[in-house]
Amino acid sequence: MNVKIKVKDLKASFGTQQVLKGITVDVYKNMITGFMGPSGSGKSTIISIINRMIDFEDGFKISGCVSIDGGDITGICNSVELRKRVGTVFAVPIPLPRSIYENIIYGPRLNRINDKDELDNIVRESLKKAFLWDEVKDRLGTSALKLSGGQQQRLCLARTLALKPEIILLDEPCSGLDPISTAKIEEALSELKKDYTIILVSNNTKQIARISDYSAFFYMGEMVEYGPTEALFTNPKIKKTEDYISGKFG
Amino acid sequence: MRIKPGITDKIARIGFNAQAFFTVGILVTIITIIFLKGFTHINLEFIFASPEDMGRHGGIFPSIMGTILLALVSIVFATPLGLGTAIFLTEYTKESVFTKIIRFGVESLAGIPSIIYGLFGFIFFVIKLKMGWCLLSGVLTMTIMILPTIIRTSEEAIKAVPRNLRIVSYSLGATRWETVTKVVLTSAAPGILTGIMLSIGRVVGETAAVIFTMGSSLRLPTSLMDSGRTMAVHFYILAREGISMEKAYATALILVFSITLINILAYYIMNKVVSRYS
Repeated sequence: MNVKIKVKDLKASFGTQQVLKGITVDVYKNMITGFMGPSGSGKSTIISIINRMIDFEDGFKISGCVSIDGGDITGICNSVELRKRVGTVFAVPIPLPRSIYENIIYGPRLNRINDKDELDNIVRESLKKAFLWDEVKDRLGTSALKLSGGQQQRLCLARTLALKPEIILLDEPCSGLDPISTAKIEEALSELKKDYTIILVSNNTKQIARISDYSAFFYMGEMVEYGPTEALFTNPKIKKTEDYISGKFG
Repeated sequence: MRIKPGITDKIARIGFNAQAFFTVGILVTIITIIFLKGFTHINLEFIFASPEDMGRHGGIFPSIMGTILLALVSIVFATPLGLGTAIFLTEYTKESVFTKIIRFGVESLAGIPSIIYGLFGFIFFVIKLKMGWCLLSGVLTMTIMILPTIIRTSEEAIKAVPRNLRIVSYSLGATRWETVTKVVLTSAAPGILTGIMLSIGRVVGETAAVIFTMGSSLRLPTSLMDSGRTMAVHFYILAREGISMEKAYATALILVFSITLINILAYYIMNKVVSRYS
């Protein structure tokens, strides 16, 4: 198994509060890795360090090392290039106020892809991979804001895929969705792991159990347990993990 | 004594209705008077001919051109400058003493009466820089005068763009510049355009500051260094000096009509932008 993302002794603090207390975790290539834990456990902070979106928040102090394919990303200046390799889907679907088509080509256009056929192709492929193509293929020109919440979130996934990233980070992507939309996203993710490395942050333990290959349990800024999902869910080594996945707290 | 909620509601509704009708009523009255007094004197000659005998006869073509040129060039100067300042204040700096000073300065400038700008333009551009009364002196003065409006309206419009849209843009690999131009400005366009429209209105309706800097020549300005007269100035002089009230009203009518036209055009453009980015 290839390690795609290596997180080593990652610490982060916000003011006097320590959000991450030394996290070390290997994320494997072409797998879905689930990060679970109650809110405030630091799981979202880790992914905003991996995609460097944390740069837009004030007051964070970060130490430790995150590397992708062996290259350290915490020190680099060019976070713009990094975000073309690491796509992100946020908890709330945020379509840009423009058409479905224009939403998807936003990223490719930034990469100076202007050929109409190529863009059409990217739009089709991305929407198909996100299981949205059949629902919108006849109205690509209509506003993305007119889609339902579930469709918008799949659009956001498709928009991320259009970047042709290596890694996809999903920060509680189904928290506001109905079960059917959630199922569609999960189905898409299970297909996508063939080509991408996926980190799925969720506080829905059932979802993590269903689709992730590896899972990590975070609590109060520490990683309590990490391992293959099946082992972790059937035979957790630590009491806290067991309590969390059996729904005793969280 | 407590009044019943139902009655309060009724009184409020009648009150607000009356107020709205009153406001619209004033507007309609003004336009009707201008229309009735000016309409009969408007014909093609009035629009396309030069004035004769100080404006007692002939048309107002040079004033129409003077107005268009002054407004257009001022907007061309002020928009990039004002918009740039607004973008700097909202997207490229963090709140600090420095931005507070700039903002305070802008707000103070917005409150200064236009005659002061006119006086400044006269002393600085006309006298000190020896530019004389000319279109350029007028344009520069008007640019300074409308800058605060453009900065403030643009800043408000840019601030109203949800932070989430910026975050998404960055997450898709956009730089700050790409985010500002492709997401922020397109979403803020209607607000920015409103600021530009207000500014055009101020320039077109300005008299004192224009007379001080652009002068009041009746000739058609053919370069930025020529003096000229806007419709508002023409109207003012015709009425003030008792030259011709008929021509004054006709000029006023053309002025009102052109402002309406500009507004319609701007809303048309705005709708195009909004329908594309929504």
